[in-house]
Amino acid sequence: MATLKFEHVKISAVAACVPPAKEYNADLGYLIPQEEIEKTIHAIGIREKRITDASTCASDLCVKAAEQLFRDNRIDRNTIDMVLFMSQLPDYRMPATAPILQHRLGLPKSTAAMDLTLACSGYVYALSAAMSYASIPGINRVLLLDGDTVSKVVNKMDKVNVPLYGDAGTATLIEKSPEATPSCFTLYSDGSGEDAVKIKAGGARYPATAENLTPHTDDEGNIRSDNEVYMDGMDVFNFALSNVPKSVKEICEIGGTTLSEIDHIVLHQANKFMTDFIIKRLKYPLDRVPYSLDRYGNTSSASIPLTLSSELSGKRPGKVILCGFGAGLSWGTGLVSLQDCNISPVIEY
Amino acid sequence: MEKFISSFADLFDETAPETFTPATRFRELAEWSSLTALSVMAMVDEEYDVQLNGDQMRSVQTIEELYNLVTSKM
Repeated sequence: MATLKFEHVKISAVAACVPPAKEYNADLGYLIPQEEIEKTIHAIGIREKRITDASTCASDLCVKAAEQLFRDNRIDRNTIDMVLFMSQLPDYRMPATAPILQHRLGLPKSTAAMDLTLACSGYVYALSAAMSYASIPGINRVLLLDGDTVSKVVNKMDKVNVPLYGDAGTATLIEKSPEATPSCFTLYSDGSGEDAVKIKAGGARYPATAENLTPHTDDEGNIRSDNEVYMDGMDVFNFALSNVPKSVKEICEIGGTTLSEIDHIVLHQANKFMTDFIIKRLKYPLDRVPYSLDRYGNTSSASIPLTLSSELSGKRPGKVILCGFGAGLSWGTGLVSLQDCNISPVIEY
Repeated sequence: MEKFISSFADLFDETAPETFTPATRFRELAEWSSLTALSVMAMVDEEYDVQLNGDQMRSVQTIEELYNLVTSKM
């Protein structure tokens, strides 16, 4: 079991940036019967999402978030030893985006830079990676940039995915600190569920072809191509319900605490129907579960830091559980302290 | 079975409770949607402690078939 414990490393700052353009789920009359729209919005809890224009990438949103983080915390760029970029939608297939971000952010050439790739579980995985690097001699500060623009790979005629996904970019600063409160993580994978959330074509196994770029209609009347995201909502629901509550309880045990002592549980903002059910299952007070999805939708791996920025900016909670879960299948849970973390409010690109 | 049908009917707002019988082909109800499917899975999880995946949900057509699937997994 991948269980990670950290003692002398802290999360010291978080910032987030969203595109200014809003898309309202109430305007989906072209896709969903009018009488079902209100019901759908109520169930998934998403009223609107922020959508990037064609020329804006996840990396651009992350650059803005990082600039904000540097300003708000007066960070000397020369002190950044490593930059990690977590996204499913990098700028190019080659090179990786992180070295480009090193340059764009004016970080020294001595900065290590690499991309990480996971979907909705990504932030918790990347945070544990950043903390791992920051724990070893030679690296003091890691800048984690986590952003996604899933709206770019959703077909406008896909009524499963259109109401859900929004775009966001975030920045998190992780650094060595002798007095840091210990934190712990568990990381899990189940690749037998690879088909539950998938963009099948466009990678090395099924390169993009004229045929797989052509949209087709599925049994439920959704239109999408194999280069766009597919999700089996029932499989994901079953997966999340079977694993997330268990993982949250487990991280409490590993961290030597109980749910009642946890200030906030910040879940990946999948959809409210699912996350409310998870919280109900945990018998945890819903008023201590921050939500940002009503305004930003499901922003894949950016959803946890976006929620921190949107709901907990200016606050310094001592015990917070973060849990990301999704495509892979993959899930990760962290028990962290945000006591020494300066959380900036969300900015617009 | 009666209790199962009543729990199933509770998930619907606009369909009259008397509509639901063991032979009801629930996917053909006007109110059925992919979100109702998730509500059914949540109800089965809560009340019967049984987890169903997408393929299992898709394999049944009537309430009786669903009930038999759930009880076979208890």
